[in-house]
Amino acid sequence: MMGWLPVTLLAVPLFGALLLLVAPAALRPALPLYGQAVSGLALVLAVVMVAAFDYGRTATPQYTVDLPWIPGLGLRFHLGVDGISLPLVALTALLTFLCFAYLGWGRGRGPGRLMRTRPRALVFTLLVLEVGMVGTFLALDLLLFFVFFEIVLIPMYFLIAVWGGKGRRGAATKFILYTLLGSVVMLVGLLFIWSQTDTLDIVALARAHGAGMSRGAQIVAFATVGLGLAVKTPMWPLHTWLPDAHTEAPTAGSVLLAGVLLKMGTYGFARIAIPVLPEGAVAAAPWLGALAVVGIVYGALACLAQRDLKRMIAYSSVGHMGFVLLGFATLTTVGVNGALFANVAHGLITGLLFFLAGSIKDRYGTADMPSLGGGMLATLPHLGAVLTFASIASLGLPGLAGFWGEMLALLGAFRPGDGLPRGLFLTYMVIGGLGAVLTAAYFLVMLSRVTHGRPSRPRPVLVGAGATAGAPGGPGESTALAAEAQAGDADALMGGQGGLTGNPGGPEGAFGGPVGGLGGPEGAFGGPAGGPDVPVGAWDVPEGGSGGAAGGSGGLEGRPGGLEGPGGEVGALGGGRGRPAVTGGFGGDEAGAGGGPPRDIRPYELVAWVPLIVLILLFGLWPGLLLSLTTPAVQTLLGALS
Amino acid sequence: MTTFPLIAVLLPFVAAAAGLLLSRARRPSRRTASIGQAGEPDDRGAHRRAAWFAVLPTAASAVLAIALAWAPGFAYLADAAPGRPVGHTYGTIVTGGIPISLTLQADDLSAVLGVLVTLVALAVQVYSVGYLHDDPRYPSYSAFVSLFTSAMLLVVYAGDLLVLYVGWEIMGLCSYLLIGHWWEERANSRAAVKAFLVTRLGDVGFLFGLFTLGVAAGSFRVSDVLSRVPEMSTATLVTATMLLLAGVAGKSAQVPLHTWLPDAMAGPTPISALIHAATMVAAGIFIVARLFPAFLAARPTLDVLAVMAALGMLGAALAALAQDDLKRVLAYSTISQLAYMAGGLAAGSAKAAIFHLLTHGAFKALLFLCAGVVIHHIGSNLMSRMGGLRRSLPVTFAAMTVGFAALMGLPPASGFFSKDAVLAAMDGALAGGGLTDAAALLLYGCALATVAVTGAYATRAWLRTFFGESRAVVALPEPEPGTAHVIDVREGPPTMLVPVALLAVPALLLGFAGSVHVDLGVAAVGVALAVLGAGVVYAVWRSAPLADPARLLGPLRVPCERAFYVDTVYAAVFARPVLAMARLVVRTDDVVVDGAVRGSGQAARGLSGLLRLAQNGNVQLYVSGLLAGLLLIAVGAVMFT
Repeated sequence: MMGWLPVTLLAVPLFGALLLLVAPAALRPALPLYGQAVSGLALVLAVVMVAAFDYGRTATPQYTVDLPWIPGLGLRFHLGVDGISLPLVALTALLTFLCFAYLGWGRGRGPGRLMRTRPRALVFTLLVLEVGMVGTFLALDLLLFFVFFEIVLIPMYFLIAVWGGKGRRGAATKFILYTLLGSVVMLVGLLFIWSQTDTLDIVALARAHGAGMSRGAQIVAFATVGLGLAVKTPMWPLHTWLPDAHTEAPTAGSVLLAGVLLKMGTYGFARIAIPVLPEGAVAAAPWLGALAVVGIVYGALACLAQRDLKRMIAYSSVGHMGFVLLGFATLTTVGVNGALFANVAHGLITGLLFFLAGSIKDRYGTADMPSLGGGMLATLPHLGAVLTFASIASLGLPGLAGFWGEMLALLGAFRPGDGLPRGLFLTYMVIGGLGAVLTAAYFLVMLSRVTHGRPSRPRPVLVGAGATAGAPGGPGESTALAAEAQAGDADALMGGQGGLTGNPGGPEGAFGGPVGGLGGPEGAFGGPAGGPDVPVGAWDVPEGGSGGAAGGSGGLEGRPGGLEGPGGEVGALGGGRGRPAVTGGFGGDEAGAGGGPPRDIRPYELVAWVPLIVLILLFGLWPGLLLSLTTPAVQTLLGALS
Repeated sequence: MTTFPLIAVLLPFVAAAAGLLLSRARRPSRRTASIGQAGEPDDRGAHRRAAWFAVLPTAASAVLAIALAWAPGFAYLADAAPGRPVGHTYGTIVTGGIPISLTLQADDLSAVLGVLVTLVALAVQVYSVGYLHDDPRYPSYSAFVSLFTSAMLLVVYAGDLLVLYVGWEIMGLCSYLLIGHWWEERANSRAAVKAFLVTRLGDVGFLFGLFTLGVAAGSFRVSDVLSRVPEMSTATLVTATMLLLAGVAGKSAQVPLHTWLPDAMAGPTPISALIHAATMVAAGIFIVARLFPAFLAARPTLDVLAVMAALGMLGAALAALAQDDLKRVLAYSTISQLAYMAGGLAAGSAKAAIFHLLTHGAFKALLFLCAGVVIHHIGSNLMSRMGGLRRSLPVTFAAMTVGFAALMGLPPASGFFSKDAVLAAMDGALAGGGLTDAAALLLYGCALATVAVTGAYATRAWLRTFFGESRAVVALPEPEPGTAHVIDVREGPPTMLVPVALLAVPALLLGFAGSVHVDLGVAAVGVALAVLGAGVVYAVWRSAPLADPARLLGPLRVPCERAFYVDTVYAAVFARPVLAMARLVVRTDDVVVDGAVRGSGQAARGLSGLLRLAQNGNVQLYVSGLLAGLLLIAVGAVMFT
C-alpha cells in the first residue's frame, strides 16, 4: 500500500543528483533553483507521507516495500515508516530543503552561499547526503540500514573537506576515520545478530524481542552495535570528532550534521539496539545512563569555557544527546518517548543555532565570541533576537520544544524500567538536572557576551561591504580586491587551486567584480563593476591559498589592495580585522551605491529560519503532536520491558 | 464562565505575540533608531500601537479575572466553604506514563490571585507608557510584560502541575528579559543572568518535587494529588515538599536563594513593581498555599520553612536598613515581607499568608511605582541624592506615605490587618501547631524583631526621600541605563500618576476586604514595635537630618549593606569553582579525551611507518626476506619432523 512513496522519496534526490552528472551545462545557471526544486519535491513527498500516514496504527510500519535485493545472502530491500521514523524522515526532508533555501534563495551569491564555490558539486553532495539520511530512517533491513548509514559519511566528508573552514582537512579526516571505525564495530554487531537469528529483517527481529539469542549474546551484540551508534550520537567520551567537524563544516554541513546525522545514532538505538536486544539493553542501561549524564555535565562545562560560538554549539550537542541517551537508558515508555522527542527538538533547535552561527560568521568573519564584541541586539537586532530565541529554546524552556524531551527523560529516570537500579537512576536524574542548570548558564553567558553590552564600534559593516568600501580608491585594484574579499574562504580555495594549476588569479577578480555589482540587492555586495586587474589578482592567488582558508579571509586578501591605493587601504583596514572598522563604514557611505549599511536578517535567512522557529513553538506548545505519534510505537518496541 | 481562565491566559499571550511581531512592522529601518537617540515619528507610531496591544488585552483579562472572583464572592478571604473550581480540561497529552492534562480552572485561591495579577499588571502597563515613553525598545518591553502576565495567569489557573511548571519557567524567562531590558550595561546583563540561573537552580528541585508528588499520586492533576495526600507515606511527602521548597526559595527569593532579587532591581522600575514585588516572587508562596495539605502533612518541611523564613525576614530587613539605593531598600523589604508570608505558611495559616500576599502586592507595587516617579524626577536611584521631595511631588508623597504605612503595619492601612493575621498565626503556632517549639519560637521572635526593623527602614526611606533639604542638584546630564532617562521638574505624567493613585486605594483599604478579626493583643505589640523602630530612626534623623540614620547600626552597618556577604561567599563557593571546572574540562577534553584519539592516529601512523620499512621497493630486500623465510620453514620442517 503506497509503497511507492518511500522509494520515490529516495529516488527524487538520487536522480536529482544523477541529472547533474548527465546535464551539467544545462543546469549550471539554474543551480540554486534546481537544488531547491529537487529537495522541495522530496519535502512535498515527505509531507504527503505525513498527511497520508495512518495515525491509528503508528506502531506498525507503513508504506512498506519488501523486495529481494541480494537473494543469495537473504538481503532484502525493505523500507517502511512508523511513528518513530516518520518525524525523522520529515525532519530530514525539511532541513535539507531549508539548507538549499539558505544556500540558494535569491541568486545564491554572497559569503557562504551556494554559488560561491563549486556549486554543482555542492548540490550533488547535498542530494546524495539526503538519499543516505532518508534511507537510514526508512530502512527495515539490518544491512540496508548499514548501507545507508555509510552512504552518509562520504558526502559529509566532502562537505567538510571541500567547503569547510581553515582546519577542514584534519576535521574531515578525523570525522570519517572515527565514524567509520564506529561503523565497522557496528557492522560486526549486526552480522553477529544475523548469525544468531538468521534474519536481517528488523521488523521480525523487533517482534521477537530477542527470542533466540542468549543473554550473553545479546549483551555482546548490544555492546558492539551500541558502540557504533554511540560514536555517531555522539556519546561521551566518543565525541571529540564532533566539535572539530562542526567548527570546520560549512553552515549547511553543520546544520545537517547536528540536525540529522546525530539522530541516526540515536535512531539506531530505538530501531535496532533496544527492541532487538532487550536483555542486552537491560544489562547495558546503567552504563549507558552513566555515560549519558557524564556527557550532559561534561558538555555543559565544556561549553562554559568555550570561545568559539560554533564550537560551543557543537559541545552543547554532546549535552543534549546525553539527555537523549539517558531517556533510552531508562527503558521506560516515558523515557524513550522523551528521548525521541528530544531528538527531534534538538534537530530543529540546533539546526537553527547552526544557521545563526553561520550567519554571524559570514557577517563578522569570525565566530570567536570575544572578537564579536557584544551588542548584537543593538547592531543587528533581529539576528540577535533570533539568537536569543534559539538559545532559550535550546536551554530547555518550557513552552518551547527543547523542554519536553529533557523533562520526560528525567521523569523516566525517576522511575526506571524493571530490572534497573532505581537509586542509581535517581542519581542520574539529579546530575542531569544540574546539567540543565549548567546548560542555561552557558547559553545565557553566551547571550550576555554576544548580544548584550555596548557594541564595540558605532556601526557594524559586513565583511564584504567593508572591503567594497575600498572601491572609490583605485578602481582597478579595489574591484579585484572587493571581488576577492567577497569571495571569502570558499573562493580562496579556488584561488589556491588556481595557484597550483598556474592560472592567474586575475580572472577570478574580474569575474567577481561584476558579480558583486549584481549582488547589490543581497546587501553584501555592491562593488562597482570594474575591469580585470591582473597584478592584484596575481597577488591574491598565494594569499588566497593560505589566507583565504584562514576564515577571516576578507582581510587577508584585502591587504594587497591596501598596498596599491588609499581607497584599497580603507577596505583592507575594514576587512583586515575580520570585522570592518568605522573607516570601512565611511568608505561605504562615500561609495554610495557600494557596500552600504549592514543588513540584518536577509530574505534567504528568513526563509530558512521561519519554519524552524514555527516548529519549535508548535512542538513546544503542543508536545502531544509528537508524543501521540511515538507513544504506541515505543510501547511496542519496548515490548516486555515496558 | 468555564472558558474565562483560558481566555484570560490567552489574551495577554496573543498580545505579546502581536506586540513582538506587529508593532515594529511598519518601521522602515531599525538602524536609524540607534540607542539613546529615539523619539522619531516612526517610534511614536510603534509605541502607540504597542501601548494599545499592551493595555487592552490586560484590561480584558482583568475583567475576566474579576468576574471569576466575583461569582464566589472572593470566597478564599471570607470564611466560606470552598467552592467548586470553574474551568475546563482542554485535552490530555500522552507521555507514555502519567499524562499531562491541560486543565485551566479557577478555584477560590486562584480566583483571588488572578485579580491581583491582572490588576497590578494593568497598572504597570499603563504606568510604563509614561515611564518608558522615550525608550526605543518599549514595544518589546510591553510585549514581555504581556507574556509575563499570561505566564503568571497560567501558574495561577493551572489545574495540572506540569502545566503550572510551564508558566512558572516562562515567568522566569520574562524576568530575565526584563531585568536585562537595558542590556547595554554589562551589570544589568549580569543581574539578569544571575536571576535566571539562581531561580533555575531552585526550579530543578521544584521539578523533581513535582515528579515525586505526581508519581506518588499517579497523576499530575492538582486535585488528584491533593486528594491522595493522605495515602502517601511521610517520607514521600517530606521529600516532595522539601524539593518544592527549593523552587519556592528560588522564585520567592528566600534564603538561601535570595541573592538574585536585589540585583534584579537593575530592571526598569515598573518591572520591579510587577515581577519582583507583587506577582512573580509571590508565586512561591502561592504554590505552597496551593499544595498546602501536602505541606501540612510533612512536619519537617514546615520546620525548615520556618527557619528559612525567620532568617530571611530579619536579615533582609537589616540589609534594607543600610542600603542607599531606594530600589534596593524596597527589594530587601520584599524579601523580608515574602519571608513573613512563608512564616505564616509555616505557622499553618495559608489564609493569613495569602492575605498578606494580596495586601503586599498592592502596597509594594505602589511603593515601587512611587519610587519610579521619584527616580524619574531625580534621575538617580540613590537616596543620598534625594530629599525634600514632598513639595515638588505632592501626589507621590501622599501615595508613598500610604505605602510605607502599610509596609510598617500601621492601622488602618491594609498591611496592618494582614501582618496582624500572620503574627497571630505565628503566635498560635507557639501555643501548639505543626511546628516544633524551637522553630516556632525562633519564627515568632524574628517576626517581632522584624516588625521593629521594618518600621525603622521604612521611616528612614520616607524621611530621606521626602524630608530635609533638597539635594537634587541638576542630575547627571546623561543618566545611566537602569535609571530613568529624562529628568522632569514636575510631577510625573498622568499615565504614571493615575496608576499610582489607583493603587493607593487598595493599599489603604484592602485590609477591610477580608473577614476582619484583629487579635488585639498581637496587634498592639506589632504596632508598638513598629512605632518604636520608627521613633528611634526619627530621633536619630532629627539630630542630624543630612546624615544617614543607618549609622545607628554601628559596626553592623557595612555587613548589612553588603547583605552579610552572602554574594561573596556564593561567588567563591559556587561560581568560581564551576568556571574553574569548565576550564579543566576543556583542557581535559583536548589533552586526554582527544589526546587519546589523536594518539591512536599517531600510533597507527607510527606502526605503519615501521611496516613501511619492509615495503621499500628494494627487490633485493624482498628476495632476501623470501629466502630467509624459506630457510626458516625448511629448518622448522627438518627439526620438527
